[in-house]
Amino acid sequence: MAFLEIKDLKVHFPIKGGIFGRTVDHIKAVDGVSLAVEKGMTYGLVGESGSGKTTTGRAVLGLNKVTDGKIIYNGRDITSLRGSKLDYRKDIQMIFQDPYSSLNPKKRVLDIVSEPLKNYEKLSRQEIKKRVQELLELVGLSPESIVKYPHQFSGGQRQRIGVARAIALKPKIIIADEPVSALDVSVQAQVLNFMQDIQSELDLTYIFISHDLGVIKHMCDHIGIMYRGRYVEEGTTEAIFNDPQHIYTKRLVAAIPDINPRNREKQLHFRQEVETEYEQSYNDYFDEDGLAFQLQTISDKHSVALPERS
Amino acid sequence: MSNELLQIKNLKTSFRIGDDYYAAVDDVHLTLNKNETLAIVGESGCGKSALAFSVMGLHNRAKIEGNILFKDQDIVNISSNNLNKLRGKDMAMIFQDPLTALNPLMMIGDQIGETIFLHDNLTKDQRKAKVIDLLNKVGIPRAEHTYTQYPHELSGGMRQRVIIAMAIANDPELLIADEPTTALDATIQSQILGLINELKQDMHAGIILITHDLGVVAEMADRVAVMYAGEIVEITDVLTLFEDPLHPYTKSLLNSMPTSVQAKEKLHVIQGIVPSLQHLPRTGCRFSARIPWVPESEHEEHPQLHEVRPGHFVRCTCYKSFEFPEAHKEEQRHGIS
Repeated sequence: MAFLEIKDLKVHFPIKGGIFGRTVDHIKAVDGVSLAVEKGMTYGLVGESGSGKTTTGRAVLGLNKVTDGKIIYNGRDITSLRGSKLDYRKDIQMIFQDPYSSLNPKKRVLDIVSEPLKNYEKLSRQEIKKRVQELLELVGLSPESIVKYPHQFSGGQRQRIGVARAIALKPKIIIADEPVSALDVSVQAQVLNFMQDIQSELDLTYIFISHDLGVIKHMCDHIGIMYRGRYVEEGTTEAIFNDPQHIYTKRLVAAIPDINPRNREKQLHFRQEVETEYEQSYNDYFDEDGLAFQLQTISDKHSVALPERS
Repeated sequence: MSNELLQIKNLKTSFRIGDDYYAAVDDVHLTLNKNETLAIVGESGCGKSALAFSVMGLHNRAKIEGNILFKDQDIVNISSNNLNKLRGKDMAMIFQDPLTALNPLMMIGDQIGETIFLHDNLTKDQRKAKVIDLLNKVGIPRAEHTYTQYPHELSGGMRQRVIIAMAIANDPELLIADEPTTALDATIQSQILGLINELKQDMHAGIILITHDLGVVAEMADRVAVMYAGEIVEITDVLTLFEDPLHPYTKSLLNSMPTSVQAKEKLHVIQGIVPSLQHLPRTGCRFSARIPWVPESEHEEHPQLHEVRPGHFVRCTCYKSFEFPEAHKEEQRHGIS
């Protein structure tokens, strides 16, 4: 039994129209996504903007209403729990994309990081202060930082404050939504290293959402590639990068910049080939609405949304 | 005539904070040849955009010292009238964020037409034909339909194509691209970079490409200048940069890319943080604070650019003995904050 399982998840947003504001149609942001993550692993959700990867992450946290499907955490269905049964929420936390807008500029670090503690644990002021200082040390910030405000930190440090807040309640799963997209390469390296460190220290399970395939390849054990709310391909990192089967994945992998300038010509040629193949076989790989087909298992580590007719 | 399109000499761009001026670009020398792509690489705050804006004359209140020669004409102290004759015609810029760079209330066709109107005497119909021609050139399908659309109706990639169409409208000789693909998805990025390369071959323009993404550099550049804290720390051709980088900062940047190590291995982290403009070290090697294990005697007192081989310049002498220390690994991993 997997630690976190998503079964045929659907999240549809209504489109209101007409003078009475009735629902005229739906945007199918997530349309039948299934995945399973084992404890201590990192699962990567990849896709271009608008592919539904963030919506999937938010649905696990209960931030988006689930239209259909099931989310099973540790053997328990958490899809539509209410009230006191929401206690699972302290086990699943989120790291946000933009460290500049996800921290309240009017609050001190102490207040930012202690907020989850205040919500879930009955601690005295002294205890809270001590815990926050421990957390800050864990993420590599000095304990004196608690009286500072977010603007006094650099981007990488702010992202660490966001991480400190996320791990305050000793969560089991962290959903990291583009945690390094807004950061420079060297700061990105800091945050990625650090996320790996706390993963092994705290035995965390990550769902890592990103459009940057370089980062995904570096961090993840398992990858799901999304396109317009559906999976086009799913498998281990090696399977996806070394043996991409779906034409969409091939195109995505081909678009990764090659850091060897000597390969320029070769890479250009390769991309043109992939692009031609993409255009020629687009109608085979996607249905008449431009959506991917159902996933088919091609090996125990690899599933692809191959055309149904073949 | 010389092959040099743009010469930047002793350029110093300073911004006023409180009562003092602080140099964001400090004593920069650069040349750009015709038909060449020069990449300027660095992290946020290193002054790469400030440099580009200085060339385009887009700074409002900055103090600009030194010379910028565009086709042997100094454009630092040029009158705004004369500058306007150059801008948009002989030199043009592709901006980072295609949404904020477009006027939301103007039709795409009119926005591109405006640049042509300002520099060329064409009739309305000729102008429209030219705009549609440009839209086709940058790979926008159904150009005639797009002509009458507004920016919000287009996707990010399409908007960036419109920006590029606007920049190349008058066949500029100098094109400055400021992080042209940072806001775009991977597949769109490779399309846009491919487009810029194609256009370069057609137009024989010189391109200054500003980016923090070394992958983009590897795919696009002929020569590369690496900037740190307002100074150029290394200039060389693109092959040498990736195969035999010398400056500690260049090496650190290359090592911190996720593609530089095996999956799950630790990435290299540069200690400390990029200093803010007011706190930039103004004396000695500016990078020394980020490599504290290098003894002071290895640095120069007044670091100069040294030509180590023809066309390859490195600042300061600390590169000679520089190595990443094993013992520092533990500290580096967490980065001292």
